[in-house]
Amino acid sequence: MAEFNVNLRGVGSVSVIDVKGYLDAHTAPELENVFNNLLDQKQYQVVVNFDDLKYISSAGLGVFMAYVETMRENQGDIKFSNMKENVYNIFDLLGFPILYEFFKEEKDAIQKFSEQV
Amino acid sequence: MNSAENIFHKEIVVKSSTDNLSQIRDFTKAAAEFSGFSEETVGKIILAVDEACTNIIKHAYKNSPDGQIDLSIKLENGKFSISIIDHGVHFDPTRIPEPDLKEYYKQKRVGGLGMFLIKRLMDEVNYYTLSGNKNQVILVKYLSR
Repeated sequence: MAEFNVNLRGVGSVSVIDVKGYLDAHTAPELENVFNNLLDQKQYQVVVNFDDLKYISSAGLGVFMAYVETMRENQGDIKFSNMKENVYNIFDLLGFPILYEFFKEEKDAIQKFSEQV
Repeated sequence: MNSAENIFHKEIVVKSSTDNLSQIRDFTKAAAEFSGFSEETVGKIILAVDEACTNIIKHAYKNSPDGQIDLSIKLENGKFSISIIDHGVHFDPTRIPEPDLKEYYKQKRVGGLGMFLIKRLMDEVNYYTLSGNKNQVILVKYLSR
């Protein structure tokens, strides 16, 4: 079974999701649960830290597509940080850099939210 | 490499559960690495096979874990081909349009991304209907490219 872990942290008003391991059709529901909890708590400013993510398939990318609109409608966003090249290449292949912001460092992604207020 | 070394053939049969995707990836990875592909290309092949099997689990078997997926990988004269056969509902991949990401994002439609990725990641993708209500997709990557 694929190993996947997801952890949620609060950094000021921003929710940081750490994803670790393999994000595929089997593990994507775990990430969906975290996003559902954020919506329940009206937390719309989200940074996803990919530092420990080894693999992603379209099922994982689909999670971000499913939630980003709601976040943006509520003055929030989903921003990405610390992505490995092999993972970024999949996002790039699907045109995500046009629609999402990518940051090398988590703190820069968090900082971007405070600039928007 | 002589011709004898440049040939192999491996098969596995798995149930149509997303739980088995990691096993499918490991099987594909071992075969692609053995065939001499670069790390980057091995990654592309693994993802394409994952996407094809995910589509089968979701669409052909409609998330029922009791279906069967037959994976067969062979290398012959620099042609690395993966045959994936299911016994589920036939779907016509040519009827699925290439996704416009902005439209997808607006409509929250995420299903067609896998098909699009497979086409981008592999050199050839062909779909067949076999006798006995079986569907087959053959993914091809050439060693020389």
